[in-house]
Amino acid sequence: MAKNNIGPNRLVVGAHYGLKDWLAQRITAVVMMVYTFVLLGAFVTGQNFTYDGWAGLFAQQWFKLFSLVTFLALYYHAWVGMRDIWMDYVKSVGLRLTLQMFTILWLVACAFYTVQILWGL
Amino acid sequence: MSEAVKEVPRKERREFRNIHVTELSNYRLPPAGWVSILHRISGAGMFLMLPFLLWLFQASVQSEMTFDYFRGILSHPLVKVVLLGLIWAYMQHFCAGVRHLFMDVHLAIEKDSSRNSAVAVLVISLLLTAVAGLKLFGVF
Repeated sequence: MAKNNIGPNRLVVGAHYGLKDWLAQRITAVVMMVYTFVLLGAFVTGQNFTYDGWAGLFAQQWFKLFSLVTFLALYYHAWVGMRDIWMDYVKSVGLRLTLQMFTILWLVACAFYTVQILWGL
Repeated sequence: MSEAVKEVPRKERREFRNIHVTELSNYRLPPAGWVSILHRISGAGMFLMLPFLLWLFQASVQSEMTFDYFRGILSHPLVKVVLLGLIWAYMQHFCAGVRHLFMDVHLAIEKDSSRNSAVAVLVISLLLTAVAGLKLFGVF
């Protein structure tokens, strides 16, 4: 198997070789970058930092959805990054799996908390 | 001929292994190495602080009353220091991420230019943190 695992004979099932995650991390990063500049623009152009101005921004439907998409992008981005860290430094399979599971639960909880905050407005 | 091959003495080969935790203190990292490890540290730090930031965000948008509460929390010096740390983490991660994207399209991947971009990431993120810090501590 090892001999034929080159070129068109490469074994492609069973592992994703990280390409999908690598690409997802770049795309989610660009989404967050755009959001950062939009939010920074709103912050700089706003005259003074009042509750009405701030909450009013997030009350708009388009910004609510833009925020949610960005936060979900953040959580996927964080999953890829944290998984990389666990894979590189934690040698024990059992501990690594536990930490990865904890990471997923942490991020899913954050995602639902975000929905609650944004749609509670 | 087979005898000649046999009689060549085996040279001791140097083994190169991953750095051990105990060797970290006397290992001098190049700037790109610092950017690399700080990318991980800043990312993990922000990951762990997510609930705190979401809670702050919730207080800031929920109602006028919680907004005042939010401003109260923000005026606490300890909270300001924690936030300044998180702002630095964001700036560092942001700038290093931009450097990653440039390198993905094969820009600044030579030794000298990648060294320069690594130094630029460290300096620019510190400057941006300083600007945000001045705003946070009410200098302007």
